[in-house]
Amino acid sequence: MKIDRRSFLSFVIGGAAGTALSPLPYKLTDDLSIWSQNWPWTPVPPDGEVSYVDSTCTLCPGGCGISVRKVDQRAVKVEGMKGHPINDGGLCLLGLSGLQLLYGPTRVRQPLQRMGRRGEGRWRAISWPEAISQVVAKMRELRSADNPHTVGCILESDRGTVPLLFDRFLTAYGSPNLIRTPSYQDSYELTLHVMHGVQAMAGFDLENATFVFSFGSGLIDGWGSPVRMFRAHAAWRQNNAKVIQVEPRLSNTAAKADHWIAIRPGTEAALALGMAHVIVKESLYRKEFVENNATGFSGWTDGKGQSHMGFKELVLAEYGPDKVAQITGVGADAIESLAREFARAERPLALCGRGRGMTPGSTGEFMAVHALNALVGNINRPGGIWALPEPDYVGWAELEMDDVASRGIQRGSIDGSGNSRYLFARSLLNRLPEILNAGKEYGLQMLMVHGANPCYTLPDSKTVNAAFGKIPFVVSFSSYMDETAKNSDLILPNHTYLERYEDVPAPAGLSKPFIGFTRPVVPPQFNTRHTGDVVIQLAKTMGGHIGRALPWGSYEECLKDTLKDKWRALTEEGFWHQPDFRPPAGAKAFETASQKFEFFATAIHAETKKDLDALPHYRPVEPEGDKSAYPLVLIPCDSMRLAAGFIGTPPFMIKTVEDTVLKGEQVLVEVNPETAKRLGLAEGKTAVLATPKGQITVKVHLFDGIMPDVVAMPRGLGHSAYDKYLAKKGANFNEVVGPVADPISGLDTAWGIRARLQRA
Amino acid sequence: MKEEGKGNNAKKFGMVIDLDKCTGCGSCMVACMAENNVPFKTDESNKLDSITWMRVYRLRNGKPFPSADICYLPRPCMHCGGVGDQGHSPCVSVCPATATDYSTETGIVSQIYTRCFGCRYCMAACPYHARYFNWWDPVWPDGMEKYLSPNVSARMRGVVEKCSFCFHRYQLAKDRAFVEGRREVKEEEYQTACTQACPAGAITFGDLNNPDHRVNQLVKPDRRHGGRPGNPHAFRLLERLQTNPKVYYISGRDWVRQAGDHYLKSEANRPGH
Repeated sequence: MKIDRRSFLSFVIGGAAGTALSPLPYKLTDDLSIWSQNWPWTPVPPDGEVSYVDSTCTLCPGGCGISVRKVDQRAVKVEGMKGHPINDGGLCLLGLSGLQLLYGPTRVRQPLQRMGRRGEGRWRAISWPEAISQVVAKMRELRSADNPHTVGCILESDRGTVPLLFDRFLTAYGSPNLIRTPSYQDSYELTLHVMHGVQAMAGFDLENATFVFSFGSGLIDGWGSPVRMFRAHAAWRQNNAKVIQVEPRLSNTAAKADHWIAIRPGTEAALALGMAHVIVKESLYRKEFVENNATGFSGWTDGKGQSHMGFKELVLAEYGPDKVAQITGVGADAIESLAREFARAERPLALCGRGRGMTPGSTGEFMAVHALNALVGNINRPGGIWALPEPDYVGWAELEMDDVASRGIQRGSIDGSGNSRYLFARSLLNRLPEILNAGKEYGLQMLMVHGANPCYTLPDSKTVNAAFGKIPFVVSFSSYMDETAKNSDLILPNHTYLERYEDVPAPAGLSKPFIGFTRPVVPPQFNTRHTGDVVIQLAKTMGGHIGRALPWGSYEECLKDTLKDKWRALTEEGFWHQPDFRPPAGAKAFETASQKFEFFATAIHAETKKDLDALPHYRPVEPEGDKSAYPLVLIPCDSMRLAAGFIGTPPFMIKTVEDTVLKGEQVLVEVNPETAKRLGLAEGKTAVLATPKGQITVKVHLFDGIMPDVVAMPRGLGHSAYDKYLAKKGANFNEVVGPVADPISGLDTAWGIRARLQRA
Repeated sequence: MKEEGKGNNAKKFGMVIDLDKCTGCGSCMVACMAENNVPFKTDESNKLDSITWMRVYRLRNGKPFPSADICYLPRPCMHCGGVGDQGHSPCVSVCPATATDYSTETGIVSQIYTRCFGCRYCMAACPYHARYFNWWDPVWPDGMEKYLSPNVSARMRGVVEKCSFCFHRYQLAKDRAFVEGRREVKEEEYQTACTQACPAGAITFGDLNNPDHRVNQLVKPDRRHGGRPGNPHAFRLLERLQTNPKVYYISGRDWVRQAGDHYLKSEANRPGH
């Protein structure tokens, strides 16, 4: 057959048409896509039997119940526990990311001993017996030199069996230096101590409040127990409760509040007292409470014939609306109407503790806000603030001491807490770095760190790092390679919360007694050991009366022995609580000398001898720095999307961070457009942010929600440890801020610092 | 008559998000990532290639200090019914591989990864930016593959993915119902991961066609008009495009409802949505 042009074209066109009509091209495309997608490196998660294990999340002080879904022995998802009194099925994003911490690359997989310089990251894997004998050798050496007090220990909290094991071990050993990580809870405990005369935690009956007045607390930005706060927020929406947020920046809480009152940073106490002025002047306070259950409201004369100023005289004389308006920048009319609305509300509640509450505050401020609650009599009543007794289920036998231990304890704590200077503070971690650097006190020869990451979370990183450099032997119990673990000499990794038994007492801000409970969801993934077991073992190896102080064979035995009848409730339900708890009302509520609520805190007066210290007051905490060199004010901002405590932000959470907070490796700071224009800065431009403490490079994000001349910087970025998903992103707020000690309590009161922002 | 009968059997799963309750915490985003084996990269700050089936947007009212206001808006896939609510969703209409399809039984827009060959027409067609392309193969750091769920297959480089309304949960719930001899899945049996996790209780999920379900009671959808909300505080995104989304938002704030659509200047004060 001869192939001519015609037949050739017919063949080609016919062939093409035929192929197009046949299923061949579609089949081939389909096959191609299937074939090109079946790569061996795309994981195919194995199937298996599904089960759920209920436990408690310990990643923040919230105490949420979790239900972990497992497929065979793998944990595949963390979910909120249905019916749990705190979170009832909901869960925050940190809790939801828990498995990335369990299986993540930041885990410390076995005991490690430092090789090379500190922080260099060169480690030698050692066995558990070797690790323990190293710690014991050091502790024996210090003890035999009569220096047991030079051993310090930093913990997240001082409640629960593991912190108390540390406490017992250290006391028997002879060290008074058990230091807990500070937070707004310290300030509240102090306030309740001096005004109520009780040793108690502040509980907030938020769900029943009808008018919530927040002095800068990030109610839905991580304050208290976050999921409980979200649920309370939804309840307020449902019940038409009113929420007022006082803050210099439009935070999420401010945006969700019924009213956002933009206030000059650091002047919240003045506003509270200005409101008190109006309430007192217009006689809107609850007389029944103020007259029968309180003292110090009006001026009085003490036993020695000395007359003292009362709260009434102070606020009437010093905090008139016009003066307060000048201090705070909130209009006098607004102050008056806010005060009236607050006093007339059915169940008003005032609360404070800035942002997420990571820094305590000034004593005067907490007392001023608490005095508002007292004026409306909303103390230990539904919808009010409750003084919650501290958990007391740990009742161990009396401790046996020897001479060395007694002498060590008598040296007093290194941070000055509980000494005559700062009698009211339980611990003052913020003061530790400077004391170590100054070298005036006795110094620390050894430091143990458990559940805390002070190298990252303490303000003024430079000073903190220098102070750590002065401690010859640092032991970390961290499950993760965080900043403190990285800069330690020995790491004795703990199981994560998904691999261990532990009691989780007293979630932040809850109004009822509550104990959560973690249990192993999966077997330990690595060669880690429960810190409770390690402490017991340390004591045993030390021997003598120290070994007898911790007589249990294992931590689990200790826990069962301690919890007694609660053990069953905890293992069966996952929590123990007292839903029908009511705080003592009336006269029984107060254990001050007068058996009444004290507007005038006689306990403080006994220490400082000044009337003004003993009364709720506003004393400006001037941010560090010279106004002409640093014309702006820098404040931190907290967000649920960044973990800023001792737990690093997992990859899932980093993914949710907006590009107006983090872009590439740079953090963005919020600047008012007006201020930015004056400084010649535009959106996304690189700038240098300088404060008296340090200097960092940032990008600028223009935000109408921030007060002019104020710069806000997110907290929780700028890690130098952890994995590549978190490290070297942005800058740490603590690099550019320093602590300011409260003159009464010694607690950190810094709410910001002066700053300068320049084009880079 | 016949049509009515058909409609009664068919489900129309939808979501209602109360923006006044939403706190913008981002838990829904993480719950979704953990449930659906969504991968992550070293740098996720370029939001154009950051895969987030559920993404929380931050809306601003554009006013100066101190009148500024913000509102968070979580955005899953809208599972559009398309013009006339007949299943002609923008993405389904353009997919040359039938990798994405509209189910008339559930109203869910599916995505079949192994069929997708990555032309990304659907991404161009989607007015809500709900679809994401896998530019890279997913890589989990050593050990982290352990938490991957067998219910959702891991995706590979070169395919598009998006929110499925956690369809695998519907399948599991149906299986369970079948084993227990029931024909219907109860409202609480099928809930998406984001709904379950939302700590504020801002998300509600269920069958829009079922008057007993909370979603139906919250928005009172008008079935004759593609499910347009009857509740004056409820709105859908870009309502005017007639894509008929199955995700509804509720807000008491006028500016938030207005932000849900585009307007000409002369229309700025249009009442309602």
